[in-house]
Amino acid sequence: MLQARKNRLWKFFIILILSAGGISLILFSLNSKLDLFYTPSEMLEADIKPGYRIKLGGMVKTGSITRNGTTIKFIATDFVKEVPVIFDGVPPDLFKEDSGVVVLGYFLDGMFEAEEIFAKHDENYMPPALSIEEAKI
Amino acid sequence: MISVIIHKFSSPKSFVQITKTLYPLFIFTGLFMLIIGWTWGLLFAPPDAVQGNSYRIIFLHVPAVIFAELIYFFMALCALMHIVWRVRLAAYLIKSAAPIGAMITFIGLFSGSIWGIPTWGTWWQWDARITSTLILFIMYLGILTLHGSFSNLEKSDRLMSILVVIGVVNIPIIKKSVDWWSTLHQPASISVSGGSSIDPSMLYPLIISVIGLGFTLISLGILTSRSYILGREKNKKWVLDHV
Repeated sequence: MLQARKNRLWKFFIILILSAGGISLILFSLNSKLDLFYTPSEMLEADIKPGYRIKLGGMVKTGSITRNGTTIKFIATDFVKEVPVIFDGVPPDLFKEDSGVVVLGYFLDGMFEAEEIFAKHDENYMPPALSIEEAKI
Repeated sequence: MISVIIHKFSSPKSFVQITKTLYPLFIFTGLFMLIIGWTWGLLFAPPDAVQGNSYRIIFLHVPAVIFAELIYFFMALCALMHIVWRVRLAAYLIKSAAPIGAMITFIGLFSGSIWGIPTWGTWWQWDARITSTLILFIMYLGILTLHGSFSNLEKSDRLMSILVVIGVVNIPIIKKSVDWWSTLHQPASISVSGGSSIDPSMLYPLIISVIGLGFTLISLGILTSRSYILGREKNKKWVLDHV
């Protein structure tokens, strides 16, 4: 290989390494700030000011949804800690028990008051008949 | 040795000649497979157990975002060729691929937003996957803008290649974003090692759509790069002979 080409190959790798290094430093310093939501355990451990607006994400606990008019109460869990959530409005279609949920709102006196509610779906896709069979197994 | 091979196959003239014969083959295969994949996916594949029919936008969204990333990866390989071996063709290909990459990234973001409204209940969240894909879209636009901002085209080519290399770090970040951070976007359904959590009745039309869109985008790339190459080399003798 020509010396000039070797030098340019080095130049290529130096650009790549500097770019990767710089961006890694940014990502490591931002770290958990890049998470979209707190899990129930993280939220209860973290020192969040009362009335500070945050996002909480977890699974909707089995059999925890109760409806009263347009008000919905349920428990968000990460299977370690649980947080009761109250929401007034129309949730997305995919909001249901044993399914992922992300809520935006305030944590006050042991109750999470949600302003907005988003459903998180999993990576599985299957026809309805198969999913009924799978549930039986 | 490697330099000899690179220079033999990297002349703009042979690229224009070879792609002329390949183009009809690619565009026919691409559109044919897209029609089969989308007809199968939209009309004959079963609805999803959880999402019902709204999941069917997967047949547009997934192929679009796959190529949003692959086109950038291709541009980074071209940037390597251009920086180290000074291959003119590589720079022409970057310049011609970038608008297609921007377009398909936009389609990926837009179809994702449409999908997000009924399923997630929101069309936009600043989660790691969505934000890093938006950065990819901005990178494509930045590359094009940088190339357009110098009157010396050789200088434009070199700076563009460097910017492409700087931005390639974003590709693994997009890929791993759903594993590294908590996101609203679900984790990957298909892994490189071959595993899939999509039922075969939905996976086959999806794979056909991906291959079909791939060939269609390559044909589109052949069209844009051929016209760009002929424009850039318009003073060379082979172009006058060709036209």
